[in-house]
Amino acid sequence: MSVLATNYLTPTGREEAWRFTPLKRLRGLHDGTCVTSQRHSLISKAPLPAGVTFTREALSPLAVSDDVIIERVRGGAVDVAHLSIASNTELADAIFLTRSEGSLDSAELSRVRISLGTHAKATVIVENIGETVLAEDFEISLAPGSCLTFVSLQEFDSKSVYTARHHAVVDKDATFKSITVTVGGDVVRILPTVEFTAPGASAELLGVYFATTGQFFEHRMHVDHAVPHAKSRVNYKGALAGRDAHTVWIGDVLIRAVAEGTDTYELNRNLLLTDGARADSVPNLEIETGEIVGAGHASTTGRFDDEQLFYLMSRGITLEDARRLVVRGFFNEIISEINNEEVQERLMNRIDGELERAGA
Amino acid sequence: MSTLEIRGLKVSVNTDNGTVDILKGVDLTIKSGETHAIMGPNGSGKSTLAYSIAGHPKYTITGGSVTLDGADVLAMTVDERAKAGLFLAMQYPVEVPGVSVSNFLRTAATALRGEAPKLRTWVAEVKGAMEALNMDASFATRNVNEGFSGGEKKRHEIMQLELLKPKMAILDETDSGLDVDALRIVSEGVNRAKADNNLGVLLITHYTRILKYIKPDFVHVFANGHIVEEGGPDLADKLEANGYADYVTK
Ligand SMILES: Nc1ncnc2c1ncn2[C@@H]1O[C@H](COP(=O)(O)OP(=O)(O)OP(=O)(O)O)[C@@H](O)[C@H]1O
Ligand SMILES: [Mg+2]
Repeated sequence: MSVLATNYLTPTGREEAWRFTPLKRLRGLHDGTCVTSQRHSLISKAPLPAGVTFTREALSPLAVSDDVIIERVRGGAVDVAHLSIASNTELADAIFLTRSEGSLDSAELSRVRISLGTHAKATVIVENIGETVLAEDFEISLAPGSCLTFVSLQEFDSKSVYTARHHAVVDKDATFKSITVTVGGDVVRILPTVEFTAPGASAELLGVYFATTGQFFEHRMHVDHAVPHAKSRVNYKGALAGRDAHTVWIGDVLIRAVAEGTDTYELNRNLLLTDGARADSVPNLEIETGEIVGAGHASTTGRFDDEQLFYLMSRGITLEDARRLVVRGFFNEIISEINNEEVQERLMNRIDGELERAGA
Repeated sequence: MSTLEIRGLKVSVNTDNGTVDILKGVDLTIKSGETHAIMGPNGSGKSTLAYSIAGHPKYTITGGSVTLDGADVLAMTVDERAKAGLFLAMQYPVEVPGVSVSNFLRTAATALRGEAPKLRTWVAEVKGAMEALNMDASFATRNVNEGFSGGEKKRHEIMQLELLKPKMAILDETDSGLDVDALRIVSEGVNRAKADNNLGVLLITHYTRILKYIKPDFVHVFANGHIVEEGGPDLADKLEANGYADYVTK
């Protein structure tokens, strides 16, 4: 174990990128005061199919990052956990990665790479579970014509801290789809970011989060349209219940001058289930060319719809069950995109449980 | 044998410009097996009466009583009213995103019957109810009322009426928006519920054509927040011929 060198700029909370985050609860990840351990917690849950390897390697980063914690991760991690899917490999079943260990007394700095060869097709599901302090630089590279569904499930125990960048580099005619689910942890801050490197690339970023009493969940997208004819869709839905539940959704989409023919839309919807919770939602579309197919955004924050609850209750369903149905229904649009019934059911049950605990 | 008794019911709504009184003393008694038609001009308060009996939170009861077999309906929560045997087929059924029809129906049936219906018989029961109302089986997997056409929403309401087997049903303009075939199919559904469960019906409508299929025992004219005339089935024909001019000028 070692104490990190503090030779990076430490955020103060006044920076745009950090203005919502409760820095004091990051257990020293942001200012380098955390004690780090050489945990390698990310493991494969089952034997890997042909065409897939998962090894620890020395790899240099794919892309620059301006995130302080990611810089610390890059300085501190000794190697990279690399899941590689060979060209032309088409996998019917999802690859499950999970966490083997964790600790609140020390922090893990983790670098992960997922790379898909040309025309490879796969689903990778990452189960982030347990009690841990974890900062992670997740880089995902999609070669031309490849297709990845990347599911990250933040199902941490209540004291965990997770800060991560999930960065995808999407090449020609490749399709990246991410489904980010955040339902557990004390502080979770994820930067789902996408860069397109050739025309015909597309990215769909879906997410749900449910924060209850005291939890802080931040999802800060950045989609960089730096090439012509790429497509992006963002759809995040969040629910909040209980005192001081706080969520942040930032949707930065940049359409550069060269990115003619861009097609983008981003959406964030929040459901405030009780008083005392706060949902920040900031869509931010920067457009440097008018020669685009479409660009739009929408953001809504609302409460339970009385008409829906009345309709359900008028059929004998109790208020409690009606709320549960409406919340499940709200999340279903995204959860149903996860192509695995067991995971879907587990998440829905977790959501029911959170709702019950929050007494919403 | 059940009795729904409405006595001197007064209801108001809160608006930005203060409270508005809508129901100004409604008296009506409906017994099992009886069908009461209510006809009246737009805005006279018919839906307000229906919603108030079902317990919609928008309406404030300012006077009177509603009882079902002596039990105080107005003291019950919305779901308790349904459990007591009341059913409202809404003029504008509500869309519930992400909740499938089959999940919704099963949750409702479980709540009303006090236990989850046995899966095997339940599937057949739902299938039968849908077929009887000429609804395609695919509706079971669709979200509640989401993207349903006007007529499909109404058929879905009556399908619930047949499945959930209430004692008293209020049908708020169930006939509006139905094509001629759907009108017959929906009416047959109501008549089956009447025959099978000795259902009492309060049928709100603007048109006499549904009364050709669902024969009313009583017709009430509703205007300006209360019942202004009562009669037999022939009163409906008189209204169709003369309109409401006699009642609204009063
Ligand atoms: N929130 C509200 N603010 C103001 N007025 C209201 C409100 N809700 C209802 N009303 C009024 O109450 C009156 C009765 O409405 P209701 O829907 O009961 O009429 P109805 O008889 O069912 O009419 P229709 O035949 O058109 O369905 C109407 O004049 C309506 O505008
Ligand atoms: Mg009406």
